[in-house]
Amino acid sequence: MKNYRYSEITPEKIYNKRRDFVKSFGLGLGSLTLGSMSLLNNAHALENNSELTSYKDITTYNNYYEFGTAKGDPYKNSQEFKIKPWNISIEGEVESPITLSADEILSLYPSEERIYRLRCVEGWSMIIPWMGFSLSKLLNKVSIKTEAKFVEFESVYDPEQMKGQRYPVLNWPYREGLRIDEAMHSLTTVVTGLYGKTLPKQNGAPLRIFVPWKYGFKSAKAIVKIKLVKKMPTSSWMKASPREYGFYSNVNPSVNHPRWSQASERVVGGSLLSPRVETQMFNGYGDEVANLYSGMDLKKYF
Amino acid sequence: MFNQINKKYLKIVIFTLSLVPIFFIIYQIITNQLGPEPIKDITHHTGKWTLYFIVITLAMTPLKMVTHLNIWINYRRMFGLFIFFYASVHLMTYVGLDYRFDIISIGDDIIKKKFIFIGFAAWLLLIPLALTSNKRMITILKGKWKKLHRLIYLISLFGAIHYLWLVKRDLTEPLIFLAVILILLSFRFKFKNN
Repeated sequence: MKNYRYSEITPEKIYNKRRDFVKSFGLGLGSLTLGSMSLLNNAHALENNSELTSYKDITTYNNYYEFGTAKGDPYKNSQEFKIKPWNISIEGEVESPITLSADEILSLYPSEERIYRLRCVEGWSMIIPWMGFSLSKLLNKVSIKTEAKFVEFESVYDPEQMKGQRYPVLNWPYREGLRIDEAMHSLTTVVTGLYGKTLPKQNGAPLRIFVPWKYGFKSAKAIVKIKLVKKMPTSSWMKASPREYGFYSNVNPSVNHPRWSQASERVVGGSLLSPRVETQMFNGYGDEVANLYSGMDLKKYF
Repeated sequence: MFNQINKKYLKIVIFTLSLVPIFFIIYQIITNQLGPEPIKDITHHTGKWTLYFIVITLAMTPLKMVTHLNIWINYRRMFGLFIFFYASVHLMTYVGLDYRFDIISIGDDIIKKKFIFIGFAAWLLLIPLALTSNKRMITILKGKWKKLHRLIYLISLFGAIHYLWLVKRDLTEPLIFLAVILILLSFRFKFKNN
């Protein structure tokens, strides 16, 4: 598997050309890595829309309420944000809690290219060439106790630097959570970059989580704490509106959000005349993750 | 005589100014200045201007009361028609551009989503007002005309609630809008009590 250095800069054009090259050989749709799980995943994500979302759209159209509620706010308000030094603690129901710096994590776990579709609960989607590695690798570093059933992610709290946190738009700091088997799934990613570059601040630098089969808000940005817990954590959005945001929040076209359609989505970057596309169950990653929920009523556990 | 001409010109100026928002968004479309979700931009733009014209229309009577000038009333009907105009473009953006006349999905939205339900109801209620917004209908309907056109009070509240229900988290703007509507409506009740 090819690993990318963070200093390695791949311009969007070359990036797309490389993808065309791969496509022209009919080898795969998203990645240079052959025969790996991630190739399958990538091909999956790209069945419907083969185009990567542009670097500009990915980095200027964000939901990151810590920096403001408008889509352009995170880009505008995050540029001065300090991400060095940065520590992340892994604690809770573990044998040996640890604190690692972001740099240590970056050097311990090489990143690979992971092209996933991001489906926002608001009904839009992007195809993003992330850089990152499976969260399970990081979690395997601490011995998790058998009592641990869930993982809670806590994002940074710094209202001095994060304008949006001066208002009670959400319950700060931002909290998200996963069931332990979801967290250990190989698709669940610690994101370190995108488009072969370091992760921009507006996208959650220095490190964020990405869970491809769940709505975007499940993927916490700028994380400082990973806590193994016994009970299901209450996420910031669940607290804000339990009727609208459930703990699981799997992408599911047959479970309507009370206020907008989840049956279809708009692909970001399209023109006025581009049609909506049908939303896929588990955002198209059903083959990989559906077994996590066998026997569960996903209408009830939305 | 001079006054008449002035009034006429003023009306043309106001009419033209009222079209600026639609030209602005058309200009943005042509010059490709809309964001990554252009349809959302058009929907929000026309929705906001519908709300602004509701405020402008409802402000005419209070302005008359405060300034003791009748001139405001001359433009009230035209502003009201611009509510209908922007509301219709707003609705057509959703129906035509966003959902490409997919009537099943739209019907589903109207039934299941309360903000769409109330927004659509507001647009339906605007139709009889738009149809009777000419001098002939005023003379035909006489006293009933005023009664009928009081529907705009209800429509304005529907508009405010539509906005309030669709916002995801930060309710500041819709609440400001609702407050302005309530203040403007309160003038009507004061007037009656006096």
